[in-house]
Amino acid sequence: MCKDCGCGLPGENPAGISAHHHDHDHDHGHDHHHDHDHPHSHAHAHGKADHDHSHETAGGAHRTLEVRRAILEKNDRLAERNRGFFRAHGLLVLNILSSPGSGKTTFIRETIRLLGKRLKTGVIVGDLATDNDAQRLRESGAPVVQITTGTVCHLEAEMVAQAVKELNMDGLGLLIIENVGNLVCPASYDLGEDLRVVLLSVTEGEDKPLKYPPLFQSAGVAVVSKMDLASACDYDRIAALANLRRLAPKVRVFETSAKTGEGMDAWRDFLLQQHQTLKARDPLGS
Amino acid sequence: MHELSIMQSALDMVLDKARQAGASRVHAIRLRIGTVSGVVPDALQFAFEALTADTPAEGARLIIEDVPARFWCDTCHKEFESPNLLAQCPDCQGLSRELRAGREMELASMEVD
Repeated sequence: MCKDCGCGLPGENPAGISAHHHDHDHDHGHDHHHDHDHPHSHAHAHGKADHDHSHETAGGAHRTLEVRRAILEKNDRLAERNRGFFRAHGLLVLNILSSPGSGKTTFIRETIRLLGKRLKTGVIVGDLATDNDAQRLRESGAPVVQITTGTVCHLEAEMVAQAVKELNMDGLGLLIIENVGNLVCPASYDLGEDLRVVLLSVTEGEDKPLKYPPLFQSAGVAVVSKMDLASACDYDRIAALANLRRLAPKVRVFETSAKTGEGMDAWRDFLLQQHQTLKARDPLGS
Repeated sequence: MHELSIMQSALDMVLDKARQAGASRVHAIRLRIGTVSGVVPDALQFAFEALTADTPAEGARLIIEDVPARFWCDTCHKEFESPNLLAQCPDCQGLSRELRAGREMELASMEVD
């Protein structure tokens, strides 16, 4: 089938990308007459695929408009704008993703406590409803803005841009964005972060990464949380790490327990070092 | 169900384009969706029907072209296709560290009048 209009013709495809035929003698699902004036001949061949054109007809036949643009282009553009804004403020930005209940909020609260004055942290937290997470996080003394998304299952760059306006940025070096608990949808939306961090608790099963490949594949850092429960739930560490590596061979792994503090110092040092790297790259940042 | 948001973004783009082109009806929309983009074509179709009601794209055909996932093998120095993200080179069995295609979500073209 012709990939362009689904009309049943094979369709020429010289460049391997969405070229299409221009003869008008195929079967359409509708009638169109050919006694109109054409601004171009019906028989011309296409040497290249990458041109913008349409089939103008005076008689009301369909025109094909080539678009070839990313569907989430608007979000990507806003994410880039966020990224520029964050960079100008010398902010290291994390986008934290996980399923509901994997311990994001506790992990973030403990991270803020450990960083203390060395790296002042702000949080934007997304949930469908309630500001319970924001309230829990505010106990740490950090500036927190809650986004309630209503029915939307992920955060988008525009929501983050709006939330940042409400955030007290004074002296901040780190911004943590706690995404909506969901391992599917947030994978598609760039928020302008420096690092995408996926949390995976030991209670979730070692094969979780295999069940949600796009999200784990897009992560730069994987944090295994609730390590204090590892033996209670027969957590198979070797299998879990192997599954992670199969999907994301370059991912950086931290095994932590926000409750006992296990692995949290290494995570804190990593963030401090990332922030130093960012400042060295862009010394104008505050 | 982020297919609904994705379809809404695509439809916004389609209706913008149609307006710019002076078109009154949209008859067909063609998307290119990577097989590892995390988007389910059936869910897109469902969202499309729901969202196009009472718009110039109502009743239009939605054509979804799959873009296969292609990976780079660093050992064999060649690309290979994989149906999923667990990309193992068919020759050396090594795991690819580089996804080269398959996460696309693109509005390719549309038919209007």
